[in-house]
Amino acid sequence: MSEEANEPIEVLRLPVELEYQYTAGESASRFLRAIKRGKLLGQRCPVDGRVYFPTRGCCPQHGVPMADDGSVELPDVGTLVTYSIVRIPSENIPLDLPYVTIQVLLDGADTVMMHVLGECALEDVHMGMRLKAKWKPEEEWESSVGNILYFVPQDEPDAPYDSYKEHI
Amino acid sequence: MSSPREHSLTTSHKLEYGYKRSLGPVLSRFFTGIRDRKILGARRADGTVIVPPKEYDPDTSAALDELTPVGPGGVVKSWAWVSEPRRQQPLDRAFAYALIQLDGADTSFLHVVDAKEESAMNTGMRVVAAWSDQATGAITDLSFVPESKNSREDAN
Ligand SMILES: [Zn+2]
Repeated sequence: MSEEANEPIEVLRLPVELEYQYTAGESASRFLRAIKRGKLLGQRCPVDGRVYFPTRGCCPQHGVPMADDGSVELPDVGTLVTYSIVRIPSENIPLDLPYVTIQVLLDGADTVMMHVLGECALEDVHMGMRLKAKWKPEEEWESSVGNILYFVPQDEPDAPYDSYKEHI
Repeated sequence: MSSPREHSLTTSHKLEYGYKRSLGPVLSRFFTGIRDRKILGARRADGTVIVPPKEYDPDTSAALDELTPVGPGGVVKSWAWVSEPRRQQPLDRAFAYALIQLDGADTSFLHVVDAKEESAMNTGMRVVAAWSDQATGAITDLSFVPESKNSREDAN
């Protein structure tokens, strides 16, 4: 018997597991099919023209359907709206610590997306930074936001605060 | 609709919380006992024995630290038949959940009786501990089977 086999048992692993079959629905499926081709698809509300990213079936503010022809292709550049530096490890998150989670407002979108920042020293992270997506190699693209590895800072002036303040 | 629509995408999605529980001094001894093929109960001041053990007496709140072996046989006080076990239940075949009062214990212990057939179960029947091949120190190392004449003689 190994020594370990004689150690007292002090901790019990009790994982809670919930397994779902997730069906994306028409609208999110359109988004996921587009991102497989490297396209970022948003959708325009027919009432006030705001662009939601990713696509969704109806406008959460006006409760009206957003039609297929309201789809808007967005660029993979945007503005860092807010961020958080993560220094505590978590199971199932394979990123090296510390890393920076960010909210990005893509140019032309009226909602933010959550992602991570790369190729940036911690002391340089700040609100208003201009960012561009760093993509996986095209042959690895799937129907997943994970096709974007992270966002990287762009060498251009910060976006003015007023351009993103309503999204903080 | 004139244009054919594409189907919705679908995928499996697993949400998992990887909890770890610190057992504390009493349950640590209980699960270490399970690994070592012993079932331990806690003896209260009045001499009665609680299985599984608790850190504190549920009536007097006195700390409990005297653990004593119970079983491996016991009596089924109540039971429910699980005819179609779910994936995460302890056995992949039909079984009974039962309240089992182990020999030497004064309370019943909720556990599994691998009885094969519902007709093999009845309240008041005797069962005996059956240990899995793996000694991991988890409650799933243990199950119970109906006590046969032979197993009774083996025990004696
Ligand atoms: Zn709207």
